[in-house]
Amino acid sequence: MPKSFLAPNALVGVFLLLFTLAIAIAGPWLAPYNPQAFDALNRLQGPSMTHLLGTDQFGRDLLSRILNGAPTTVLFGVFATLLGVSIGAVIGVVAGVAGGWVDNAIMRILDGLLAVPELLFTLLIVTVLGGGMGQAMLAVAVAFAPGMARISRSAVLSVRTRDYVRAAVARGESGIYIVVREVLPNALGPIIVESTIRVSFAIMIGATLGFLGLGAQPPSTEWGLMVAEARQFMFRNPWCVAIPGMFIAMSALGFNLFGDALRDSLDPRRSH
Amino acid sequence: MTIGYLFRRLLSILLVLVIVTFAVFAITAVLPGNAAIMILGEYATPDAVAALEKQLHLDLPWYMQYLSWVSGVIHGDFGMSLRLSLPVSDVVGEAFVNSAVLAGTALVLVTIIAIPLGAIAAVSRGKVMDLLLAVFSYMGSALPEFVTATLLLVVFAAPKTGVFPAGGFTAPWVSIPDFLAHVVLPAVTLGLVLMAHISRQVRSEMSEVLSSDFIRAARLKGLNEKRVIWRHALPNSLAPAVAVISLDIGYLLGGIIVVEEIFAWPGLGRLLIYALENRDLPVIQAVTLLLATVYALSNFLSDVIIAILDPRVRYA
Repeated sequence: MPKSFLAPNALVGVFLLLFTLAIAIAGPWLAPYNPQAFDALNRLQGPSMTHLLGTDQFGRDLLSRILNGAPTTVLFGVFATLLGVSIGAVIGVVAGVAGGWVDNAIMRILDGLLAVPELLFTLLIVTVLGGGMGQAMLAVAVAFAPGMARISRSAVLSVRTRDYVRAAVARGESGIYIVVREVLPNALGPIIVESTIRVSFAIMIGATLGFLGLGAQPPSTEWGLMVAEARQFMFRNPWCVAIPGMFIAMSALGFNLFGDALRDSLDPRRSH
Repeated sequence: MTIGYLFRRLLSILLVLVIVTFAVFAITAVLPGNAAIMILGEYATPDAVAALEKQLHLDLPWYMQYLSWVSGVIHGDFGMSLRLSLPVSDVVGEAFVNSAVLAGTALVLVTIIAIPLGAIAAVSRGKVMDLLLAVFSYMGSALPEFVTATLLLVVFAAPKTGVFPAGGFTAPWVSIPDFLAHVVLPAVTLGLVLMAHISRQVRSEMSEVLSSDFIRAARLKGLNEKRVIWRHALPNSLAPAVAVISLDIGYLLGGIIVVEEIFAWPGLGRLLIYALENRDLPVIQAVTLLLATVYALSNFLSDVIIAILDPRVRYA
């Protein structure tokens, strides 16, 4: 295990990441109550032994709702990023390998798209596609693609002129073989680091869309939507908004810290 | 930095904005729901819809619509808002001022808090202050604005015990105390992420500067420690912070959308959400273009400031 993963913030990152992934995968099966079950007598309760994290405005168990919402919230971020990385990597690799005017044209267009703040871009696309989880995921992916394309391109450029690539060219290998077998594996490091950090942004943007009513729709227990629904009652039971908020922060932090640790392990000079 | 460089940069900004107008137009052109039907309601007669489409130039092919919109923009005419029946430039202009006031306050807050915070952390490396700042900055960058805003509201704007109003706006030129009361929570929300980034950047840059030769020389000369830190080390650690601020402007402009919506701040973000909900295309186009312009210009400005702060940086 690289040394940089033993630094305290990397350890916290690994721990948070494992915790987040665990509840994202097994959450719904761990929930002690039905997340949609009303309990009129126990509305807006604080944490107690029967309800470890308290209850919401309908008496629904917050812990169960959080655990049920984990896959929606966290996997949203993971898949939106994967999709965005795939789109971006294809564009970036094409630009980096093709060079010349193709590269130039692609880069200019990317510059233009990068000049639109990410959340604004996402909102525009969601408005076109309509609200909902799938649409929101696609929107985040499209908004991420230009940035990922740029990083993939520079990663490709940095290995393009290496000797092993030249050797493959000299051997007469096909273009696709060179890209897939020689260039991509060696350009993958920065792309993976950036994607890991981006997952945390994707989780936050997804939750923000849910909060604005443009992402997950009721009765989903997506964490951003949970905050939005509890806002009316936040002065009577602050736990209702604080707990989903803390879970969003924890999962985002996990990916963020883990990405930093990955970066440091790939490039020891940058660690501080 | 040469005049030629400045000129080329401005030219490339112009190109970027042309691409932005194109992208925005493409996105809004495929928006579902015909604007004419949106205005007249679903029971409008086909004749009335056709007449209004003609008036709004919706019957023209998309590239003609694009060209007429762009030529309008060049002349400062962004069209009429479909919903508010006012010129877009008036609506957007007023919202822009309000947003600028909010963003400006947030930036000032960030600068006066984050830079000293980073410096203090660098000086007390490995001690409690440093750890506290690390925790603060990681939490700050992992909390989405809507969570921070909601939590701040719970703590500081509760109905009976609240210190600040839960939302709304008073212009600073109307009443300064009233403005300050309204601006605190949204500005802190907006600034938190930036404070996190910038204080971390200042800390890491400054710890490097503190171990460099010229600082050792300053200490050997017998200068007192305060002077070494605030007059010698800090100014030499600021260039990267400026770079981070400029990158974060994009974040700030996105954050403004959420923060204004939550705190009912009548700026560009709230206007944009209203326009998106009501399919008010001319307003959507104008706001997006404006935000992109601000972003591009602030990146350019930061390059200039960095070159001034750090004479080693040369652009050709």
